[in-house]
Amino acid sequence: MEAKFSISKGFLHLFFTILSIAVVLPFLLVIAVSLTDEKSLTEHGYQFIPSDFSLSAYRYMLDSPDIIFRAYGVTMLVTVVGTLVSLLITAMTAYVVSRPDYRYNRITTFYVFFTMLFSGGLVPSYILVTQYLHLKDSLLALILPILLSPFNIMVMKGFLSKIPLEVIESAKMDGAKEYRIFFRIILPLATPALATLGLLIAFAYWNEWFNAMLYIDDPNKVPLQLLLVRTLNSIEFITTNSEFAQQLGIDLSDFPNNSARMAIAVLAGGPMLVIFPFFQRFFVKGLTVGSLKG
Amino acid sequence: MSNKASVALNDNGGTSARMDSNADSPLDRTKPKRKSFFRRELKHLKSNRELLLLSVPGILYKLIFAYFPMVGLIIAFKNYRYDLGMFGSKWVGLDNFRFLFTTDTAWRITRNTVLYNLGYMVITTVAALFLAVLLNELKAKYTRFYQTALFLPHFLSWVLVGYIAYAFLNHSDGFINRTLIALGFDPVSWYQDSAPWPFILIIVHLWKAIGFTTLIYFAGIMGISGDYYEAARIDGATKRQMALKITVPLLTPLIIIMSILSIGSMFRGDFGLHYFIPNNSGFLYSSTDIIDTYVYRALREVGNVSMSAAVGFYQSVVGFVLVLAANGIVKKINPEHSMW
Repeated sequence: MEAKFSISKGFLHLFFTILSIAVVLPFLLVIAVSLTDEKSLTEHGYQFIPSDFSLSAYRYMLDSPDIIFRAYGVTMLVTVVGTLVSLLITAMTAYVVSRPDYRYNRITTFYVFFTMLFSGGLVPSYILVTQYLHLKDSLLALILPILLSPFNIMVMKGFLSKIPLEVIESAKMDGAKEYRIFFRIILPLATPALATLGLLIAFAYWNEWFNAMLYIDDPNKVPLQLLLVRTLNSIEFITTNSEFAQQLGIDLSDFPNNSARMAIAVLAGGPMLVIFPFFQRFFVKGLTVGSLKG
Repeated sequence: MSNKASVALNDNGGTSARMDSNADSPLDRTKPKRKSFFRRELKHLKSNRELLLLSVPGILYKLIFAYFPMVGLIIAFKNYRYDLGMFGSKWVGLDNFRFLFTTDTAWRITRNTVLYNLGYMVITTVAALFLAVLLNELKAKYTRFYQTALFLPHFLSWVLVGYIAYAFLNHSDGFINRTLIALGFDPVSWYQDSAPWPFILIIVHLWKAIGFTTLIYFAGIMGISGDYYEAARIDGATKRQMALKITVPLLTPLIIIMSILSIGSMFRGDFGLHYFIPNNSGFLYSSTDIIDTYVYRALREVGNVSMSAAVGFYQSVVGFVLVLAANGIVKKINPEHSMW
């Protein structure tokens, strides 16, 4: 019985090991291609093990790193500002609707929640941002459209509802005003939820490409993901369109087309792929933080 | 997830309703009703002025970025011109829709959106459930490693997944075609042949979503009391019997709720998956195009704003009806899990 048991466990481990490798392998192909010599790529195709190892793609990218650095700068700025503002407004709104003694909490909750069920969709939003708010080519167009998610407000509300009303009432008794209660008592108590939501929001901003595709044309304001979109969409465009190549600061005559494209992907996507998994438990916690009823 | 969060919402609503009725003491009834109502509300607002102010930024934001676009849905019934604006453009009644539904476009993108979402839902649920049950058989220190590996694709944006797909599918140098040639087969023009795309999209979706969904069900299994398994072990049940007779039945409510919720969002396609993985290739539209990609192209590439708005209107309204229906069904099955 025991022996049979461990054999089946061994099979399970083998199964999950193979599965894990299969899931991770596709990443390795992109990295391998970025490290392969261009001539070898046209000769042998894309391989998991570079037949002719070369760092030239990275050298090209890092010789004129402006465009990647600028994209990193834009993405970081948008992520930091967006996350902080979003967290603050999410917490403020969630706190108000979490207060059972506030009589408009239900109507406010409905007002927020309804936007999750029904939306105007792409076209009206696009016209709002471009024609009424005039945010085309503004970094605000990257921050504002995803600033406040009803789902995050609900999660935060679920967390704040667990704070006993007595805490708030005793503070009021001591003469504290609502702002003071919110900033000095509620926010510190909500740190775990703020950390979880903050990470989810930052992740959303970091990986945002849709609004960038819609609203950003100015090369100086291109965030990382849009840089990736443009490079991917213009698979051959990069070599046939000298204007774009000039933007990238590349000499076309010996430009490593395929490997350079994959090198951009690695440089733009790699660092966060190393960092985010450390916070994996937060991603799961984000799902449950609101559901634990006290 | 959201349903749980809003279960808490219902609880709150309950308490506040009780408070309301307390405030509305029998004595108030003797006064003229309207006047006392306004006075009471005004007093309540005054004493909660700061609380109201705290919610103003959120309310204003939603007004501008969510409610104003709802008004903008009228564009679907107008011949939109940028110079005339949303309210100045001419009304054209149902013209935008007539054009849409007389071609086979509406049918194609509706079919694709719904069938893909159904396929994603069924296949991801089954696979994730299977993996979660198996993971539960292993010790926690090993499962963490496997979970991290399975979770990794979740951190990629669809754009980056597009690069990975391209590395495999690229016609001349891609890994798959080179492998096919090496094995003596003919290469396939992946970005021009629409037939294999349902499979490709489902595989890519599964690859990206499996880690996350597995974790949801794994967390569900963790929540099952150990007593059941203890009792089953004493009765001599095998591992397989425990999985099939205890784990799966106890997870059924979670599975049903998750499935019904995704039926509610059946009309919202995954733009990133359907735009970047087929690399927006025109040859593939018949099998990859969904409502969301169509709306985007109509707006940004074709520049037909009204047409795009009509499809968007159709999506918003049918989507809304589906959410209401899904919630109604959940409420029938188990009111505790309904969204509102």
